[in-house]
Order: sequence, then structure tokens, then C-alpha cells
Amino acid sequence: MTSPQDPTNTTMGAVDAHGSDKARDGRLDTKASDVYTVTTKSRRTSFRAVWWRHALALLCLAFALFPIIFIVSSAFNNAGTLSTSGLLPTRPGLDNFNDLFNDGARPYWAWYRNSLIICGVATLATLVLGAAAAYAFSRLRWTGRRFGLLFILLVQMFPAMLAFIALYITFANVGEIIPQIGLNTLWGLLLVYLGGAMGSNIWLFKGYFDTIPRELDEAAKIDGASHARVFLTIILPLVRPILATVGILAFVGLWGEFLLASIFLTQAETQTLAVGLYNTREANQNEYFGQFVAGALLASLPVVLVYLSLQRLLIGGMTAGSVK
Amino acid sequence: MSDTTSREVDAAIDNLEPSGEHLKFSSRTPLWVQIVKWGLILLSLVVLGWMAQQIIEAGHWLMVSLVAFIGLCVLAVYATKRAIPAKYLFPGVLLMLLLQIWPLVYTVQISFTNFGDGHISSKEEAIASITANSVREVEGSSRYALNIAVPEGTDVATGDLAYLLTDAEGAYYVGNLDGLEELPADGVEAGPTGRITSAEGWTTLTPQEVNERSDDLADFGVPVFDDAGEQTAGIRQVGLSEAFIGTPTKVYDEAADTITDTVTGTVYVAEDANFVPESGEGAALPQGWREFVGFENYTSAFTNATLREGLTKVFVWNVFFAAFTVFATFILGMAIAILMNDDRLKGKGIYRSLLILPYALPIYVTALVWASMFNPDFGLINNLFGLDINWTGNAWWARASVLITNLWLGFPYWFIVCTGALQAIPSDVKEAAQIDGAGAFTTIRRVIMPLLLVAVGPLMIASFAFNFNNFSLIWLLTEGGPFVGGQSSIGSTDLLISLAYRLALGGATPSFGFASAISVIIFFLVAIVSYFGFRQTAALEDVN
Repeated sequence: MTSPQDPTNTTMGAVDAHGSDKARDGRLDTKASDVYTVTTKSRRTSFRAVWWRHALALLCLAFALFPIIFIVSSAFNNAGTLSTSGLLPTRPGLDNFNDLFNDGARPYWAWYRNSLIICGVATLATLVLGAAAAYAFSRLRWTGRRFGLLFILLVQMFPAMLAFIALYITFANVGEIIPQIGLNTLWGLLLVYLGGAMGSNIWLFKGYFDTIPRELDEAAKIDGASHARVFLTIILPLVRPILATVGILAFVGLWGEFLLASIFLTQAETQTLAVGLYNTREANQNEYFGQFVAGALLASLPVVLVYLSLQRLLIGGMTAGSVK
Repeated sequence: MSDTTSREVDAAIDNLEPSGEHLKFSSRTPLWVQIVKWGLILLSLVVLGWMAQQIIEAGHWLMVSLVAFIGLCVLAVYATKRAIPAKYLFPGVLLMLLLQIWPLVYTVQISFTNFGDGHISSKEEAIASITANSVREVEGSSRYALNIAVPEGTDVATGDLAYLLTDAEGAYYVGNLDGLEELPADGVEAGPTGRITSAEGWTTLTPQEVNERSDDLADFGVPVFDDAGEQTAGIRQVGLSEAFIGTPTKVYDEAADTITDTVTGTVYVAEDANFVPESGEGAALPQGWREFVGFENYTSAFTNATLREGLTKVFVWNVFFAAFTVFATFILGMAIAILMNDDRLKGKGIYRSLLILPYALPIYVTALVWASMFNPDFGLINNLFGLDINWTGNAWWARASVLITNLWLGFPYWFIVCTGALQAIPSDVKEAAQIDGAGAFTTIRRVIMPLLLVAVGPLMIASFAFNFNNFSLIWLLTEGGPFVGGQSSIGSTDLLISLAYRLALGGATPSFGFASAISVIIFFLVAIVSYFGFRQTAALEDVN
């Protein structure tokens, strides 16, 4: 769902136990974040040497940003159709948002709420189940540990979406017995997302847990702390950075999930943003474009804010093998 | 491990030892923890018990025992002091077993059946449906007021149909393929004619929804059984709001496994999951059943010429799409990373924040907006560049639009990754190359690229595997289209996964068996790629 985890990366940039990429002397370690290096040369000479780099970079920016400018300008364009949209709004205004919020057949805020509930609960479960499993694999010693870890990793090679037919038929049947978790319910989709909650990030988690010195929990154990106490009061506070990284990755991944959501949620009231916005545009590609793009802009806000404010943590996750 | 860690570790130890002495963890668990713990155990048992009750009502005994077993596991794991690792793994493993491994197993199982259009139900249900469906009205018999419904919580477009019936005396019934059952009157609301307008546990269909399911309804009827379990009659709808009861004209002979039409005298025999006329002439009965077909779904991809040609095309495009995407996004991302890898360049933070945006936006936003921009009539691309390209109608232009969009979506990822990896390449390597007389381009090609590839190789494999199944992009951008050659099942930009999706859920004639076979084939392709990925990096040696 979110991403195939590649557990192989040890060569660069992975978030490590210190929770950030700060190096020994407190300077930022350049492995993952390089941009804060201070230049000492005078502004004029450096600009003469690098102006062509700026020029090319601006070209790349133009390529990267023109669709985004198109989104923003279409959203604030009162003309509201695809045929009247361009890189600049022809009639600036907020009509599209009015249409979006007052469309009886398309309950935008219900979609937003559904997306928030599903992504929020699934993210929380990912953190709880993932951290607990990582603790068992990293700290406790038991037979079958190595096999168990390899098995979980192997299962993650096959993304849940490939089994969509089986999931669809299973939940259609389950829904007849227990309607509360059948198709067209948030709980049903949530359960599907939870299938991979423990496994999908187990490698990131375990790698990080392994870097916390064992002496810490051993000392606590000698002082009489139970395993639960070690986990909750000693380990968890120290692994907060990886919790943040995995939490963001899981949230962002689920926020964009479309395949399973589109199979499970066919009634407008239960849909997520992905399915609802897809159907809005599908209803009439030209006429509803303004409304769709306004909704798309608002739907993007949470993840864009997360990306921009927490870049450093995310980049650590990306270089450790998360692909969108 | 750096000092930072040990500092944090020290801090943690300080927290444990506020006065420099060893903190005495009390050996007894505090009361509130106990309450929370037992509360959670009780809660999960209550939820499981409630589920078991629902399942008992539906009569699925295997599932009841499964739920009971899960309940016992909860008690064994959490109510005792044993099996400490299981306490941490149980919920995650349970969810994984039920929602990842079971669907995998079930997918494989479906791929060996003919599950699909006309072969949805079991043989018994098919016979019941055929018999009930052949009912002719007996003169003078009374009619029922009818509404059509599906069980609550199922999809109105696919859920199992049922008749909600009101007889002449005003008693309420619900009828489906299993037979007729009385409906408790207190959950029912009925109109003036006695027609049920809503009933607890059922979702009634609007006339439009009924219309959309007319094909299913044409084959639908409710069998009526006598006390011995023999079917004596059937109920069929007349129009939208009435149904009649009558006697079947097609009769099943259990001993011979045949169906006889009492009006025409035709005998139907069971063959290839359908009842076909014994004489070999005439059409088979529409209601077939689900059965094991061995490797037929897999072999038909090779034996059926049109299918083989179509699948080969899809496969070649799928591999090319994934490989080209990884290659192009990597090259562009790396180029920008090298371009910006200059200490003198100012504003790199701003550049990076803006360049990450295509990757940060949700796929359904970006792919759908690009689909709009590629609209041949009103789209931004044709307008902006004064082009007149049929991006959606021409197969090659459609493929180009997919590649362009995915280049745009993917390059920020490689830009970020390469920026990180470039910083890890020691500068003396570059200096050594310069001293040896290598130009800037040679340095990049001969020194930097090989070092980069070592670092990002595993990520390229992961990215390939991801794009190989990049359903969202294809479905949101082109829906697999355009469809050329007068068919509508295999599109020009289809990936294997989008093809499977369309075969299974996209049309009026679902083909779950064949679509599952495609899924299983994708499993194997992904497994092969992952195997080579693992072998390359030998990552699993780390597992200890």
C-alpha cells in the first residue's frame, strides 16, 4: 500500500539512532542534508561562477512547478471549466470552493473526514504494532525469531493491492454476516490497511531499535523493571525519531491510496478523498474541473505541509527505501 | 555511534537515577495498569463474542470456531505471564495472517477456478436458481407485494439479491436463493399496498439500481421448500412491485445429475460447470457454477491466440514502462543533484523544497490533473505549446503522456536520494580524478556515476518493482486506454495489474479466476526481481 520497503540500505542517509543527521561535532552531517553549508566567498564572485547553475535550476523548477501553478490558478478561477483554465486565472475568485462545499451529491467534508479517520487510525496502529514487533525482534530472544523476521519481510514483497480480488470477495462475504466491517464501510477498508501495519516498516524499526544500547534495558531489568516497563518507559522515548519518520511515511502513503479504496468504497458518504475526487472529475471532465481542482488543492494541503515542515525526517525515510 | 547518542543515553540514565542511586522499580504492577490491561482483554473478548454471535446467526460454523480460537489465543497470550514475545507480536501477526496471507492464499485458489460471470455461485445454488427461475404462475394463485434489496453493508451493485415480500394476509417475508424466511414485523416499514419500503438489515434498491441489475434479476428466483426439504414451488417477480408463486417447469434429477424441462422435454446434463442440452443442440442454461479448472486460466494465456498477443503487448509495455521510468527519473534527478551539488550555490534549500512538490502531492491529484492537461480538446499542453496531438486517442501518444507524467512524478525522489548519496562521496576521489586529467564530464561518468550506482542500486530495484505495479498512475491517467482494434478489454497503456483490475471489476462480465491468475503471475515476477535485488545486496546477511 504505502511502499515497498527496501531493507538493504545502510550506505547512506538513513535516519540513525541519534534521531537526526547531526554528526559528532554538532555540525549537520551532510549525508542526508547538505544545503546548510555556509559559503565564505564573497557574494559577487560566487554568483558569477554559479549563475548558469541557477539558470538550469530555474528551468527544472519551471518543469516541476507548471502543473502546480495550473492547479492553483484553476482552483481560483471562477470560470470553473477545463476549457477556460490556463496558467493564469481568467476570472479570479472563490466560486469553485463554493461549488465544492455546496454540492449535495458530493459530500466533500465527509470525504475529508473519512480520509483523516482512516489515515489517522491506520498510522497510529502502524506505530503501535510496528514498534511492539520491533521490540520483540530486537530485544527479546526466542526460538523462531530469525525465521519470523525473514518470513515477515518475505510477505511484504507482495503488496496487498495484488490480492485485491480476494480481498474484495472476502469482504463482500464478511459484510453479509457482519455488515459493520463489510464493503462500503470505513472499518472494512481500515482493516485491509492494517494487514501490513506490523510488517511494512519492520526493517526501519528494527534497524533503529538495534542501535539503542542494550545496557540501558539490562540495567533497568536488574533494577526490577518488567519487559513492558522497559518497552514503554525506556525504549519508546528513545525511538521517537523513527516513530515520527514511519508515522509520516505511513500517513502520506495512505493519504494517496486509490486502488483498494476505489474497490471498497462505492457510496459517496463513505468515500475517501482519492475516490471522491476521482468520481467528481469522472462525472464530467470539463464541467466539474474547477470543483475537482479546488478539492484537490485542499486535499493536498496536509501532505504538502508535512513534507515541507518535516523534510529532514522524510528524506531519511526516502533514502532508506520508501518509494511512492 | 556518535557522542550524541551517548549523550541521550546518559540523559536517559539520569532520568532513571534522579539521585544517583538505583531506582527501585516496584515489583508489583500498579493497580491502574492492571485495570487497563484486564479492561483491554475484556473488551477484545466482548468484540469477539459479538462477532461470534453474528456468525452463529448466519450459521458459518468454521468461522465461529476460528473466532473462538482467536479468543482463546487472546487469553493464553495476555492473561498469563508466559510467552512474552507473543504479547508484542500477537495483534500484528493476527492482522497479517488474516489480511495479508489469507488474501494471498485465496488469490491463488481463485486463480484455479472459473469464478466469474455466470459462475458465481455453488452448484446447489445454481440448481436452485434454475428451478426457481423456471416457475410459471398457476392460475388463480395470489400475488405478493415486492421490493428488491441486498443485505445491509453490501454493495447495491454486487450484493446478493433478495425479495422483500408481503403476502395477501400482510405477513412479511424475505426470500433469496436459500429459500423463504419470515421477517419480524417490528423492523419493517411498509407502504399502503403492503409493499415493504425499508427493513432492518436490508438495503432496498431504487428503481434505477434495480434497472442496473436487471441481468442478475432475470436469473433470480426464490425457491420454496416443503418440510422434507424438497423444492415444490418458486417465487418470481412481475414488474417492479409484484411477485407470484408458481410451480417450476425445470426439475432437477439428483440421481442422474440432470435437469429436465417439463414443457419442452429437453434434458440438460452437467458439463463444464454449466447445464447443456443432452442432444448437444441449443444454448446452455445461463446459471453455471464455480468449479476447479486446474491450470486452465494460466494455459489459456498461451493457447488462445488473441489473448496471447494482447498479453504479450501488455507485458512488453509493462517492463518497458517500469525500466524507462526508473532510468529517466534517475538520470534527470541525478543531473539536477549534480547541478546543485556546489557549495557556492545559494538558495538550495528553497530549490529543494520546491522541487520536492511533485513528489509530495498525492498521486490522485497529480495524475488526474495531468490527465486534464493532456485533454486533446481543452488541455493545457496542447493549448500552451500550440499542439494538436491526440494524447488520449492515439496509442503511442498516450504511452508518451504516461512516461512524461511519471518522469515528472519520479525525478524529485532521485534528486533527493542522489543529493544525499553525492555528499557521501569523498571529495578526494574527485580531486584525484582532476589531477589525473579527467574533465568534468569524464569525472561524472567514470567516477561519480559508478559510486552513486553502488549506493542507490537497491533503491532502483525497489523503484522498478513499485512502478511495475503502478496501478494508480495508469488508472487515474488513462484507465489503460486507448482501446484500439474494436475491443475494450486490453488497452494500449495497460499494465498487468490494471488489466487484472478491469477483468475482475471493470465490466459487466467479471472474470475473477483469470484476473487472479494474472495477479499470481505478477507475484512471481515481483519475486524474481526481489530475489535478484536481495542477491545483489546480500542484505539478509544482516539479520541476526
